[in-house]
Amino acid sequence: MASISELHDRLGRREISAGELLEEQLTTIEEQEPRVHAYLRLTAELARAQAQAADRLFREGGPVGPLTGIPAAIKDVLSVQGVETTAGSKILAGYRPPFDATAVARLKAAGLVLLGITNCDEFAMGSSTENSGYFVTRNPHDPQRVPGGSSGGSAAAVAAGEAVYALGTDTGGSIRQPAALCGVVGMKPTYGRVSRYGLIAFASSLDQVGPLSRSVEDAALVLEAIAGVDARDATSADRPVDFLSELEAGVEGLRLGVPREYFQVEGLEPGVRSAVQEALRRLERAGAELVDVELPHTDYGLAAYYIIAPAECSSNLARMDSVRFGLRDESAPNLLESYLRTRRAGFGPEVRRRVMLGTYALSSGYYDAYYLKAQKIRTLIAEDFQRAFRDCDAIVSATAPTVAFEIGAKMNDPLAMYLNDVLTLGGNLAGLPGISVPCGTSEGLPVGLQVLTPHWQDARALRVARAYEMVRDAA
Amino acid sequence: MPLSDWEPVIGMEVHVQLSTRTKMFCGCSSDYLAALPNGNVCPVCLGLPGVLPTANESAVEKVVKAAVALQCEVAEHTKFDRKNYFYPDLPKGYQISQYDLPIARGGSLQVGERTVRITRVHLEEDTGKLLHAGDALHSAEESLVDLNRAGVPLMEVVSEPDLHSAEAARDYAIELRDLFRAVGVSEADMEKGQLRAEANVSVRPVGESALGVKTELKNINSFRALQRAVAHEIERQVDVLEEGGQVLQETRGWSEAQQRTFTQRSKEEAHDYRYFPEPDLPPLHLDGAWVSHLRQALPELPARKRERFRSQYGLSDSAARLFVEDPDRSRLLEETVAAGAEARTTANWIIAADPKLGPAHLAELLRLIEQGVINRDQGREVQREAEASERPPQEVVQALGLAQVSDENALAAVIEEVIAAQPQAVADFRAGKQQAVGALLAAVKQRTGGTANLKVASRLLRDRLSQ
Ligand SMILES: [Zn+2]
Repeated sequence: MASISELHDRLGRREISAGELLEEQLTTIEEQEPRVHAYLRLTAELARAQAQAADRLFREGGPVGPLTGIPAAIKDVLSVQGVETTAGSKILAGYRPPFDATAVARLKAAGLVLLGITNCDEFAMGSSTENSGYFVTRNPHDPQRVPGGSSGGSAAAVAAGEAVYALGTDTGGSIRQPAALCGVVGMKPTYGRVSRYGLIAFASSLDQVGPLSRSVEDAALVLEAIAGVDARDATSADRPVDFLSELEAGVEGLRLGVPREYFQVEGLEPGVRSAVQEALRRLERAGAELVDVELPHTDYGLAAYYIIAPAECSSNLARMDSVRFGLRDESAPNLLESYLRTRRAGFGPEVRRRVMLGTYALSSGYYDAYYLKAQKIRTLIAEDFQRAFRDCDAIVSATAPTVAFEIGAKMNDPLAMYLNDVLTLGGNLAGLPGISVPCGTSEGLPVGLQVLTPHWQDARALRVARAYEMVRDAA
Repeated sequence: MPLSDWEPVIGMEVHVQLSTRTKMFCGCSSDYLAALPNGNVCPVCLGLPGVLPTANESAVEKVVKAAVALQCEVAEHTKFDRKNYFYPDLPKGYQISQYDLPIARGGSLQVGERTVRITRVHLEEDTGKLLHAGDALHSAEESLVDLNRAGVPLMEVVSEPDLHSAEAARDYAIELRDLFRAVGVSEADMEKGQLRAEANVSVRPVGESALGVKTELKNINSFRALQRAVAHEIERQVDVLEEGGQVLQETRGWSEAQQRTFTQRSKEEAHDYRYFPEPDLPPLHLDGAWVSHLRQALPELPARKRERFRSQYGLSDSAARLFVEDPDRSRLLEETVAAGAEARTTANWIIAADPKLGPAHLAELLRLIEQGVINRDQGREVQREAEASERPPQEVVQALGLAQVSDENALAAVIEEVIAAQPQAVADFRAGKQQAVGALLAAVKQRTGGTANLKVASRLLRDRLSQ
């Protein structure tokens, strides 16, 4: 399947029009969807108008960028003006935002052709997309298995050729883990790189928007388009945006940290471990130096994450109150019943579980024991990474401890499901950039190699991932 | 025990809408009354999914100004927190407020002879408004939500329980209003809801140092209501205690119609607001140099200004208060005096006639009256015309032909006519009846259409009759 730059060249040479490219994509979607179920809703009409606009630019020599006319998908948590945006939840059924998320607006300005809105775990809470309020998305490599989550629809769409690239969001691994399980590239930028404006919040201090794509270069191109400070997001940072100039610089002379704790986590499958070790050997052969590093507070990360994220979500989801938008139980006899019935009917079990967990953790008398302690652990974890980065330029590990598991396998065991994020959520707690790049298979299913780098070193994560892609594909 | 054996202890929580151009966290106008219901909203203040707040710097500046005027210590590091509760007038399901690191703490305010300690000053956002088809939210058939006000910047000032009477509570609130108006942070009009006072009231036997159980009074819409509500609550608590009962810790509302307080919410129903740091807004760093600059740039504060108006202008205490509560008025007074007018005359004229003139024109008007060119009644007329036409009073006087006739030849002619027309009055005067002059002067006034300078006319008339 062609990369963004190949498609851009073909569009530029007028070998294919954006309209034709779109129709090809829509045909693929039609073929794949009955098997994959990646999309919650298609926006073909909007896409055709956008493709026409792109073709006009190519025809008339107007300003075109690398993404002009490239068909893509967007996760159902990013607001798209006038297009139903539900965060995978019944409670937002029918809600059409009157504005674009900043990341969406920037892609539109860069020539987006929007194929549709992809499925996800409800309010991005989950690691399998089974928590969607609508339906389960399937892994294109094996439809009996999950695509990962929460950005499972975006990962599956890219893996099945149903989109050239997609936007996802990552709160504890929600871009990187599904990318790993579906065999595509997925990147969570540094916290503050990409504006969160218009992203329906799960956990505000952890959420980041990022790309899922077929190649590292594609991820870099998309990230260039969406990154940068935004006056509407006070947590977005004014940092120079350049993810391409170092991309092909290789790993020679770079020290890659191998955290012992990340290779000892509970449930790390042997096949995943050996695929990652093989990838590290290849990076070493390409000139990288492998160094042992320690992340001693890794074991506490999961607990801290499952207090902070639910605490924030319990507050963020309070606005789903049936007053101004979304679902409302009109039969409720009073206000309290209206709140209760709407939220009972609109939220799925995982969302309810996390709202209750978070409400409890913030309650008077429990705040210090839970939320405050979790924040202290968060600081310790961030310090772990700071110390480790004194000895290395990037940290490498598996993205997820397992390959794609069977649908239903972990639905009745939330803790087992949560453990799937154990290697990714440290990056969110510390706010670091991280990328997952496919690194072979285990039991015939894709495995992901995760690269984490210090704050604002997004370009370096991309560079290491790109270097691995080179040695992987050369073999 | 008589009422005088009990000591009321009162602490105040005052919310003030800040007079910023835009709302606290979005670009909507903070002038929420100008638009139709829900016509002054955007995705941010509607709390739509995915929106984020951005803090209004001007609101932060106004809180710092108020805080330094209240002698507070301004924090170097401050942050916003979320106060979580469900209510239809709160679009996000939480209010962005400040919990453990307010912008300022530890100030004081002089109210009469007493110093009231200020606990803290913090910044938050206002809620929307509800309109019930019925008495209250829970019994209403239907409730309407208007979010025009949602997100307007709100400053909260919390005092220590340093007040000991209903009058002191009222005076404290008035003093705050005057202070906020003077430093330009709020119009602080209580009737418009720009200043909302809540009083925490308890009583204890005189001489006792432990505090009694307090109640919190809400729903107070004027300074008079504040005084009455607190006075009523003090009496109610004393009655309860004297009958051997216990005061319950609760929130009580003030009923203006019934002139009494009533239970709104008991302690058991109190919210757990689950405060936590607002993750969408980075902590604020308040630069020390900037804060001292704001402190140095403070205008003259009300207490000092009142004292100056009394000593320098010779105003009464109540007149000084009337001016200080309205910075526009006191500015007009000072500038008119600076333009050469006499202070008390100016003050009296401003209080009585509420002129909309600039200081130069007002000084000119007062000079015309002082010099006898026009009388006070004519002065009012000239003021109205000068306000409407924006012309100088001198010009107005000429244009309307209003100048008093002081010209002795012109008046002498009129006096001859009057003497000729009223021989009986003239005879009476000459027979020794002094009051006959009044009738003759009235006739002069009538014949000149009220423009005669009666002082001059009186002298001329007496001279003529004595001949
Ligand atoms: Zn607004």
